[in-house]
Amino acid sequence: MASSKTITVEVDDVSYTDDVEPRLLLVQYLRERLGKTGTLIGCDTTNCGACTVHLDGVSVKSCTMFAVQADGHSVTTIEGLARDGKLAPLQQAFHQCHALQCGFCTPGMIMQSASLLTENPHPTEQEIRDGLEGNLCRCTGYQNIVAAVQAAADGTVSSDGTVSSDSTVSADSDETETAGVA
Amino acid sequence: MIPSAFDYAAPATVAEALGVLADAGDDVKLLAGGQSLIPVMKLRLADPAMVVDLGRIGELSGVRDDGDALLIGAMTTHHEIVTDPLIAEHVPLLAMAAATVADPQVRHRGTFGGALVHADPAGDMPAPVLAADATFILAGLDGERRVAAADFFQGYFTTAVDDGEILTHIRVPKYTGWGARYEKFTRVAQQWSIVAVAAMVRVEGGTIAEARIGLTNMASTPLRATAVEQALVGAPLTREAIATASAHAGEGTDPASDLNGDAAYRRHLAEVLTKRAVIVAAGL
Repeated sequence: MASSKTITVEVDDVSYTDDVEPRLLLVQYLRERLGKTGTLIGCDTTNCGACTVHLDGVSVKSCTMFAVQADGHSVTTIEGLARDGKLAPLQQAFHQCHALQCGFCTPGMIMQSASLLTENPHPTEQEIRDGLEGNLCRCTGYQNIVAAVQAAADGTVSSDGTVSSDSTVSADSDETETAGVA
Repeated sequence: MIPSAFDYAAPATVAEALGVLADAGDDVKLLAGGQSLIPVMKLRLADPAMVVDLGRIGELSGVRDDGDALLIGAMTTHHEIVTDPLIAEHVPLLAMAAATVADPQVRHRGTFGGALVHADPAGDMPAPVLAADATFILAGLDGERRVAAADFFQGYFTTAVDDGEILTHIRVPKYTGWGARYEKFTRVAQQWSIVAVAAMVRVEGGTIAEARIGLTNMASTPLRATAVEQALVGAPLTREAIATASAHAGEGTDPASDLNGDAAYRRHLAEVLTKRAVIVAAGL
């Protein structure tokens, strides 16, 4: 029997210390030990990106990391993005641009988009598409996902969740039309 | 999917890691970025009794200037290869190839050395490293030894790294001023290369003075397209001359036949991709 290891990990600004089996995947640790089920398991084969979280501020696929590798590091999940009860700009943009249908890919999409915007605050549409190549949406919602990332990058999402009229977001839903998008 | 149970060690230095390796017996795996090893362990295609994590060894990361070459730590991530200014200046081919590896999340974790030791014939880093004539620096309990890239890749997922050894650094000569291009053919995004070509070209006085061409997935190991390299020397900077030289790209190759294409198709791809890569690398 392999021996367990004690790890200390900061997750969404809270420090946790736990004994874990070395084979425990980070995503299992987040979901099953910490109850952070906002991070989803999609393919479980490093393809779909649903499990994307930040490790020390950088996007990783938490199904392809052992929890022991996160010892001493900081993890941010989708549950740690909102501040003071207010959605982060990317979350607002996804909401406002109708960038989801079933929503399964959304936590990973938003976490990867956040990492992309940290590395490249003003990406072109192609750079957004390349930056999201490791995240799959099976509702074929890429168009609005790209628009949401663009809106967040452009700063055209206001704090109350509306998108200003100079956004490049296409008006293909009632919600965006209500928000006054041309 | 849950891997088999294993014992885990995370040494802080190469010396400590070598000691752990020596004590661990035969059934041990080194964990670098884990982007190949962990999926394989989840599928239980590998179930080592012990995993030695190199992720805590700071001396294995980073790129530094070493005179006529760059010294690249084995644990340097693909993302760091893509964004490193020294690599951009002296061996941009490495950054071009690394940028095509998987996706951003995998490039944040996956490492240069890990990909080279994994030695997947469809992996993107071996061919550029072979084309660049890099030297692999291996640490063992008896000291350090150096292996030329031409001798490093020995077969499917097989390298010159012996049991008990650790790849610590890769020394890549500078090709400052050379043109470069990594031309990769896949069906969809984040896919393995069906075939890819790594090209570096030095242009002088309107002709090609030197060329280095590496082929990905054209045999069980990366290959140099030596017949193309020889045909390009002295060739004029024209698409026709480059196409003529690139027609030799299939020579000496032994590609697999699989669902993505048979061997003849891969040889055809190698010629087309070599032509495209050299045209861009030569600045046409």
